[in-house]
Amino acid sequence: MAEVGQQHPIGIYLKIWVLLFILSGFSYMVDILHLEGLLRWSLILLFMFLKAGLIVAVFMHMMWERLALVYTILLPPLCLLVLVGLMAVEADYTFLTREVFFFAGD
Amino acid sequence: MAQDISSTAKGGGHGAIIPDWAGDRQVFQVPWGKGMMWIFLLSDTFIFSCFLTAYMTVRMSATDPWPNASEVFALTIFGQHLPLILIAIMTFVLITSSGTMAMAVNFAYRKDKRKTAIMLLLTIVLGASFVGMQAFEWTKLIEEGVRPWGNPMGAAQFGASFFMITGFHGLHVSAGVIYLAVIARKVLKGDYDRSGRYQNVEIAGLYWHFVDLVWVFIFAFFYLW
Repeated sequence: MAEVGQQHPIGIYLKIWVLLFILSGFSYMVDILHLEGLLRWSLILLFMFLKAGLIVAVFMHMMWERLALVYTILLPPLCLLVLVGLMAVEADYTFLTREVFFFAGD
Repeated sequence: MAQDISSTAKGGGHGAIIPDWAGDRQVFQVPWGKGMMWIFLLSDTFIFSCFLTAYMTVRMSATDPWPNASEVFALTIFGQHLPLILIAIMTFVLITSSGTMAMAVNFAYRKDKRKTAIMLLLTIVLGASFVGMQAFEWTKLIEEGVRPWGNPMGAAQFGASFFMITGFHGLHVSAGVIYLAVIARKVLKGDYDRSGRYQNVEIAGLYWHFVDLVWVFIFAFFYLW
């Protein structure tokens, strides 16, 4: 088991490397071109998830690991979506009460 | 089998704890060091996610306008005003270091000591220069009056989020540089030729790629959003 390790042709790493460079360039272009609103946010998220996916799948070898390990590592972070959802609702409420109490007197 | 059930029915007593847990079953078919590194990285994922979620919360609830990162991190180089340029360079440096790290892992499994060490040293140099640029960025912002409790550009929560998130990430990069230096030394000394544990380079690589992975999220949410 240990003597096999994760060995893959060097070409795949170089290709992913170039791809990450291009995707980072695209992310930076989003800012340079002053894209705004929904287009900006969706492009940022798209390039972010593509880059993260490539790093985890290829550089960290997840696509070649057994599913027992893949699920153990990749499923628990999905709980974070609940946290993000709850905190977004909470932040909205805080913003609302601040608006009411800070500026109601003006 | 029948014996198992009867011992369960009786509760088994203290003597049953060890045989119950010692099922002699291996779940993860990887060297233990690699399994533990993945578990550590999972816990680190939660730490960074908590920071980023906290940042989202304070940014959404701030009534003052949030400072425009594009302008805050702009630099004037040779008379050219370039928005976010330092962060872009830092991003490319970190991605390049991830590429050299992947090469190091590849050469390690080919048992090519010299090339592994060269790639590790390149990764270390790139990582150290990333930390250097971050120190420059911090100095610049502190000189401009950015503090954890306020700043001249807008919402007071900007400084706390910035120092906490980039500081914790920079700490990870610095620790990674030291970690890789230790591994590079072991490679050069021939430790892994004797023990055969070249997977230690891959385990260090997992940590390094994770640091790059976290930067992808920080770059998107903190600098570009």
